[in-house]
Amino acid sequence: MSDVVLPLSLQTNRRLDKWLRFQPDRTVRLAVGKVEIGQGVLIALSQIAAEELDVALDRIDILAGDTAEAPDEGSTSSSLSITVSGASVRLASAELRARVLGRLAQRLNCAPAELSVEDGVFLQNGNPTGHDYWSFSSAEDFAADITGTVAPKKPSSYRVVGKPVPRRDLLPKVTGAAFIHDIVRPDLLHARVVRQPSRSAVLTALDTAAIEKAAGAPIRFVRLANFVAIVGADETAVQRAAVAAPAHATWTGVPTLTPAMGEAGYFRGQPSDDRHIGDPVAPASGEVVSQTYSRPYVAHAALAPSCGLAEFRNGRLEVWSHTQGVYPLRNSVADILGLPREQVIVHHAHGAGCYGHNGADDAALDAAIIAQQIPGQCIRVQWRREEEFGFEPVSTAHMTKVSAVLDANRKPVDWTVEVWAGSHVQRPVFGGNMLAHEALPNPAPPPKANDPTEANGGGGTRNGIPLYDFPAKRVIHHLALETVVRTSSLRGLGALPNVYAIECFMDELAERAGVDPVAYRLSLLSDQRARRLIEDVAARCQWSKRGPAGTGRGLGLAWAQYKNRAAYACVAVELDVDYEVKLRRVWCAADAGLVINPDGARNQLDGGIIHAASMTLKEKVQIDGAGITSLDWDSYPIMRFSEVPEIDTVIMHNPDMPTLGMGEATFGPTAAAIGNAVAHALGVRIRDMPLTRERIAQALVR
Amino acid sequence: MAIDLVVNGQRVSVAVEPTTPLLDVLRNHLDLKGTRYGCGLEQCGTCMVLIDGVPEYSCAREVGTVGGRAITTIEGLGTPDRPHPLQQAFIDEQAGQCGYCLSGIIVTAKALLDRNPSPSRTQIIEALDNHLCRCGTHTRIIAAVERAAKAGAPA
Repeated sequence: MSDVVLPLSLQTNRRLDKWLRFQPDRTVRLAVGKVEIGQGVLIALSQIAAEELDVALDRIDILAGDTAEAPDEGSTSSSLSITVSGASVRLASAELRARVLGRLAQRLNCAPAELSVEDGVFLQNGNPTGHDYWSFSSAEDFAADITGTVAPKKPSSYRVVGKPVPRRDLLPKVTGAAFIHDIVRPDLLHARVVRQPSRSAVLTALDTAAIEKAAGAPIRFVRLANFVAIVGADETAVQRAAVAAPAHATWTGVPTLTPAMGEAGYFRGQPSDDRHIGDPVAPASGEVVSQTYSRPYVAHAALAPSCGLAEFRNGRLEVWSHTQGVYPLRNSVADILGLPREQVIVHHAHGAGCYGHNGADDAALDAAIIAQQIPGQCIRVQWRREEEFGFEPVSTAHMTKVSAVLDANRKPVDWTVEVWAGSHVQRPVFGGNMLAHEALPNPAPPPKANDPTEANGGGGTRNGIPLYDFPAKRVIHHLALETVVRTSSLRGLGALPNVYAIECFMDELAERAGVDPVAYRLSLLSDQRARRLIEDVAARCQWSKRGPAGTGRGLGLAWAQYKNRAAYACVAVELDVDYEVKLRRVWCAADAGLVINPDGARNQLDGGIIHAASMTLKEKVQIDGAGITSLDWDSYPIMRFSEVPEIDTVIMHNPDMPTLGMGEATFGPTAAAIGNAVAHALGVRIRDMPLTRERIAQALVR
Repeated sequence: MAIDLVVNGQRVSVAVEPTTPLLDVLRNHLDLKGTRYGCGLEQCGTCMVLIDGVPEYSCAREVGTVGGRAITTIEGLGTPDRPHPLQQAFIDEQAGQCGYCLSGIIVTAKALLDRNPSPSRTQIIEALDNHLCRCGTHTRIIAAVERAAKAGAPA
């Protein structure tokens, strides 16, 4: 028993009653620390609990992300929710079922094997016992720590897991109020923040009279050092004041940035924390080839602005946030405001899809700071659109240089990936600052450069080592100590730029070797799961009939196993290039082992394809002057309905293999498949994202 | 001053400045939260409503310009208990990820199907092209509108 390794979430939340409770209305309360961020995770976790407990799915009443009532599962990130939280819910549910049935067997003086459960009702050899979870379970069933020693069901017996069950949260979202923005509380005041233009900027003058005039209705100011908020009962007036305010505020200490600082190449020559991961450098003889690829700073660009609500009553602070991690946010807010952590409660509420660490936590802190100054009222902060684009942490620019030493057959015998990037993760618990903390009387110290460890999949190094059968592979990581704008996690971290570089380079090597790119990959790949996907996609996209390069029509393919440990995905893209890229069709195959909800999985895979395509073709955060200047959807365009291709996704049936997280699996392969298809269409390679009309024109002139 | 509106078939009077954005009136004065703030710049489509049957942005539209005109919000289509066939089609297709863009998109789709009950895929895409979706749910959204059209969604 001692060698049972519990999933991380169970290690930190051992008691059964943290997770499960039978409620008087014959439902089951399932409490989890992972939250809904548009990925459909709550229905999948509910399916797992219903399966192991043998209750109907609609009896599962799930509570997600609540520091008062749900377990601490850290952040909802890195495609870990099903593998970690799902595994925890499975073990907890199986153990609860076994404990209750074990007691019933004693009561009935029968063997546990004689007992079964039908929608929560207990049967003995198929006959009613008169007992069920709600009548028979008692506090003692929950009083123990979870041991993880009860074997869950075999996948072959699943009735709920593996079925494409619809989500429950979409109905409210298509009929009315559903999001944090829609919460109405008593004594509600609206607030907006006059943002400090940059860390360490100092407010030297604020013309409050001019701002009040712009508001046109009563407003008040909350000011703490360089933190200024406008508060009032009338949201329209508060918003008008906030729009007018920057012109009436004078700041010193604002840096002057240049567009060149916003390019990935700027990191070369900047101070960095350098690491070497993988095989040592060894002398290898042969032809050496290398190429460098890059992606600029990109934004989460959630469709909704960040929003937070907070109430401070009797020394107790209650916060509502669309954060990815309620406990980390609670800890940060409590520490910054000087409150005991137990006196701060954070509830998760749904926000717009952002796929990483955007302004959600910052808006919650904004609201909490103001609430502490105005006790007894609910403070609702909603960022403005330009504030969202201008002040959310963005994903760092990232440059990847790939070098290979080739043998006589022009296959790599030695492989080096070198990465220059800023921090891919700077959550407040990982060296980053919450935005308003930098404006308070005791401001946060400068953020520390940080990236996830290799054990956690790496950040700038994520997917930097390909799974090809090269004799020697390594990553050299130059983690920039500073970035010109705040950065933090966005879907896949370094996986997209690294897979783009590696899989584009593989096409370039294949061309150099005079070998078809798919055949070249397969000749260097013994991973059977990967081979199966590549072969499947190649067959469906009719790769063997691929035309010559340079015709304007391109077909490209790429694959990766996310983090080299989560789901596998292979993507092929067909496109036309005229002045710009027009995607035609996408084929995708994925292997995620046991899939809990195939419809939700497909939604994530397809969404990742479109998100990655948008990033690859269109997206770039513009940096100039005081900071980010791409502050609306015209200057930060994303993919539109008229630009979206047809997508044909196949999920491999592989239920006996462990679940592999797949929310980010298609992200890198899609970018690289587009890169390869554009190169095939043009006969010229574009190595710097985004692949815009200007880049295409430049490439054709070269 | 009081402004008279017809919202989802109901006559209402709100005491606001005529320059107040229609979106603020819907959300804060009439508690119709299904119409959403996205950008305030008429760029993203989350605030779309029908004004006399035509899809219009509400985020920068002064309420004083729509006095007496028929305004339809997502709440005017159906309710969670009795969703409109278009809303049901989105549920049936599971055409959402975060869902923030959906209410505006469904409102626009309603106007499309009202004037063209059997739109082509190209016509659906054209109608929805003023709407942004960050999650990449576009193909399912198109399929949901096609499904509603096939089912003959009533006006």
